[in-house]
Amino acid sequence: MTLSVDIRHRQGTFSLDVSFSSARGVTALFGRSGSGKTSVLRIVGGLVAPDSGRVVLDGEVLVDTDARVAVPAHRRRFGYVFQEPRLFPHMSVRQNLAYGRWFAGAGARRDGMDRVLDMLGIGALLDRWPGNLSGGEKQRVAIGRALLSAPRMLLMDEPLSALDEARKAEILPYLERLRDELDLPILYVSHSVSEVARLADRVVVLAEGRVAASGSASEMLKGAFEATGREAGSVLSGRVLSIDAVSGLAVIGFAGVELVVPRGGLETGRPLRVHIPAREVLLATQRPEGISALNVLEGRILSIVPAGEGAADIELACGEERVQSRITTQSVARLNLMPGRSVHAIIKTVALDPH
Amino acid sequence: MSLPDVLQVPDLDAFSLSPEEWAAIRLSLQVSVVAMVASLPFGVLTAYVLARGRFWGKSLLNGLVHLPLILPPVVTGYILLILFGRRGPIGAFLADHFGIVLSFRWTGAALACAVMGFPLMVRSIRLSIEAVDAKLEEAAGTLGASPLFVFLTVTLPLMLPGVVAGMILAFAKAMGEFGATITFVSNIPGETQTLSAAIYTFTQVPGGDAGALRLTLVAIVLSMAALLASEALSRMIGKRIHAQ
Repeated sequence: MTLSVDIRHRQGTFSLDVSFSSARGVTALFGRSGSGKTSVLRIVGGLVAPDSGRVVLDGEVLVDTDARVAVPAHRRRFGYVFQEPRLFPHMSVRQNLAYGRWFAGAGARRDGMDRVLDMLGIGALLDRWPGNLSGGEKQRVAIGRALLSAPRMLLMDEPLSALDEARKAEILPYLERLRDELDLPILYVSHSVSEVARLADRVVVLAEGRVAASGSASEMLKGAFEATGREAGSVLSGRVLSIDAVSGLAVIGFAGVELVVPRGGLETGRPLRVHIPAREVLLATQRPEGISALNVLEGRILSIVPAGEGAADIELACGEERVQSRITTQSVARLNLMPGRSVHAIIKTVALDPH
Repeated sequence: MSLPDVLQVPDLDAFSLSPEEWAAIRLSLQVSVVAMVASLPFGVLTAYVLARGRFWGKSLLNGLVHLPLILPPVVTGYILLILFGRRGPIGAFLADHFGIVLSFRWTGAALACAVMGFPLMVRSIRLSIEAVDAKLEEAAGTLGASPLFVFLTVTLPLMLPGVVAGMILAFAKAMGEFGATITFVSNIPGETQTLSAAIYTFTQVPGGDAGALRLTLVAIVLSMAALLASEALSRMIGKRIHAQ
């Protein structure tokens, strides 16, 4: 399943000129607000017609301004999840969920309902009305409604941005399940590094209506993020090794490294990505004693790059993985750090779960 | 003392209605219901176009719709007579091709009432359409609903309170309409003599006071009932839409 987008669009003084393609898994459209991410998604979803360009899904032309083709939104079969839940207030949760199934026709199988209810944990809400659901519940129902319309692809426009931290933490695991359990490509718009780090396989970085960079999530998130200028860090992909339900901690195994993260609600063996913010990684030249941080990794310095404003970005090799640390140039000098030297990276466990 | 008691007291002859008076009441109800129902599709369409449409001449259409509200009713009635009279451009067409005659018929009274109530109906429906969140319609579209289906399943149910309010307003206006009706279709007992026209006739003849009073009471009761019904209806619909 390949979506290729090549569009130009002008909205007032803002101009959009974007070209990218996305494949299976989660592709994140990432950038600060005003970078044009939402406009791109609306054009892909058929809610806005671009001035010129093409949108093609697996050889099916959805938009081609030269050939005057523009498939209307309701025939594109894209599930769209908006920032706000947009549930129909005059319908119960059950009716909201059933709305898209009406049109899905033969594509929607009956057993899909139970699976989606279970995956999103909304089975108990069926007879409630949107008016008395919490923000997190509403958004889960909205995601379920989009899934049950039997979409070919899911478009998500910052589905978590209207929620507080606790609600975000409530929904993120469900989104991870969607990604892992359904073979459904997702185009995910976000300005949050931590969301992108947890969910995305590929990242398209947008800045001022242009594609600034694109590539795999680990690649894109490793260096300093010029699009946002903050939250630089590394992203490691691993698997859950063990869980301690009492302490609410999980041990994640990576290539040659293990990390303890505060994620009690995970199953063993599940693939998981962890974002390690560079500024949360301390360096020590000797193994520290009597320290609260649970993660102490042995590593070797690969490179030291000045990051401006008295800071330096240090890349370490820990096992097979690469970990970024941002410390002051003063510390670099004081500890006499240089490429090739062995150090210990210290990471607080609580810094590893952004939500 | 409640009203049924009053009606059962035999020596209060002054309160029993004559066949002509019953005819006027029946005719008024018939005219008002037909006016309300027949203008509803046009009202919804016009309100939708005014609320959502962007086209040249929109303010002209808006003005045209509202004209009966500010014109003297006699003028509106006279314009209807010119257009829909048997020799009028529209009236002649309707008579020749469909056999529909409006002038001096109860159908003409219904037309006059519909025209007079139209601005009230459109206003109410338009406000309710503008209150419908277009984002919900957009969401329905992404779920596969065609524009017509979005209108039927999302827009229409959400604007229902405004539609009901508009219908009741149009009905009430039709019940009270006098000037345009009497100008267009005159005051023929049993054919075009509505409640208002009958009261007016009573006030023009000596000794008609009792009859005028009787029909006035009927008018008050009907208006009150319509008002209460609309309240109850909109409460019911409101409950369904914002069900907690």
